[in-house]
Amino acid sequence: MSRYPSGLSRSLLLWCLLPLTGFFSAFWLLPVAHLVALPARGGWSMYFAVITDSRHLATMSNTVGLSLIVTAVTLVLGGAVGIFLARSRFLGRRVLLSLLTLPLSFPGVIIGFYFILLGGRQGLVADVTAALGIGRVTFAYGLFGLFLAYVYFSLPRAIATYTAAAESMDRALEEAARTLGASRSRIMRDVWLPQLAPTTLACGAIIFATAMGAFGTAFTLASNFEVLPISIYNEFTNYANFALAASLSIALGLITWVVLLAARRFSGESSPM
Amino acid sequence: MCTTIVVALFMLVPMALSLAAGFMRSYNVGVTGGFTLDWLAKVLSAYGGTVGASIALATVCVAGDLVLGVPCAYAISRMRSRWLSVFEELITLPVAVPGLATGLAMILAYGEVRGFRQSYSFILVGHMVFTLPFLVRTVSSAFKREELRSLEEAARTLGAGFLQRFIGVLLPAIFPSIVAACLMVFALSIGEFNLTWLLQTPLTRTLPVGLADSYASMRLEMGSAYTLIFFAVIVPVLLSLQYVGRIVENRYGS
Repeated sequence: MSRYPSGLSRSLLLWCLLPLTGFFSAFWLLPVAHLVALPARGGWSMYFAVITDSRHLATMSNTVGLSLIVTAVTLVLGGAVGIFLARSRFLGRRVLLSLLTLPLSFPGVIIGFYFILLGGRQGLVADVTAALGIGRVTFAYGLFGLFLAYVYFSLPRAIATYTAAAESMDRALEEAARTLGASRSRIMRDVWLPQLAPTTLACGAIIFATAMGAFGTAFTLASNFEVLPISIYNEFTNYANFALAASLSIALGLITWVVLLAARRFSGESSPM
Repeated sequence: MCTTIVVALFMLVPMALSLAAGFMRSYNVGVTGGFTLDWLAKVLSAYGGTVGASIALATVCVAGDLVLGVPCAYAISRMRSRWLSVFEELITLPVAVPGLATGLAMILAYGEVRGFRQSYSFILVGHMVFTLPFLVRTVSSAFKREELRSLEEAARTLGAGFLQRFIGVLLPAIFPSIVAACLMVFALSIGEFNLTWLLQTPLTRTLPVGLADSYASMRLEMGSAYTLIFFAVIVPVLLSLQYVGRIVENRYGS
């Protein structure tokens, strides 16, 4: 009796893996090996540039801080909207859900542009505040604009995930809690939160990792708040400082990968994306 | 309820604003300034090439992913090896690591190979590396369904060879999942920016690359009109993806 079902031989299955493995090795593993080896030319200390250079350390902590806040805010808002959409029935609910999840695969540049239209020098908000007599208020090019754009960018994923998760929540538990006299906040804390915890962990990790690596949004806003992907890009294209750009990319890639991996281990979720 | 309304406005107002601004004679003057199709025409003459390029690129990317990814997904679903999870983790890395890093790595490794670096195939390879994990994951979880194993077993006892079973039985059975995976890959490729911005050259530009260029150097109305064109390309794909996703879900339960 073969270890493999349906008379499949191991060699046949290995042949099936071969094309992708070759492609992946040539165009991802090999290039990334180059990238990882590159900082060594500038001495071993180059690998720790993100910790030892105070400017890059500041950029890194800014990026981590911003991503953490964006993740928290997105999870709260996305959770509230997702639970609401999962439990209410109204005309146009499905249309609203599909509109809200539409920006899921928009490039970040478009989101950046949205906030220029809204909060830029010729933006809608500037027009409104000018009409109110408090001058032309702009927020697109600073930290607040970047924050809003990042939240906008990750909300569709959170809404889609929470709607699906809330739809499959056990309604009987909640009924039981309610008949036993639990308050709304009690139900939220003791019934909803535990059931949604794996979703929150998995979705939070993806949002955090995406925010850390978001390049298009920050690039379009040309923000005066520098985030790590922009530093990497500048070191590479403007200063041709390849070893440093590689070192910073390694640090960034390690962080996003470890966060995603850890979240998957803890939530027991097998989905890697 | 209040939160939902606020969030919905936050999401939909900028979208509506940019759609409307693409037709406005002047964004500053607003709707009272009247409407025009001039911006759309200007975008098509300045950036029209990027639309076709992106669609062609995404189509070839889907085809390439299918050729490499479907056999791989099948092997993953049928193999029993403790190395399998390591393998899956490895091929998913291009999604876990920011596109910027992958782009840098590709330029460092292949930047000197001029013919490759300056052609669309350079971007194509980047898109395939980035999208393959999504396709492999969707298709391999479809292959893993229990009734498919019995179907395959039945075909085998009736004397069907491997290729016959694969093409005649398995592929038709997971067809909706394959369509969903293809649409996802297409949408990802059309919208990819972080990686593409590094891989592009002035002669190999895609839709999002053109968008970034227009946002940085053109009037807001023109950027909006260009965004409108991007919408026209991507929204039908995303809507069909949602539709096919529902079919798959109804038929097999997630």
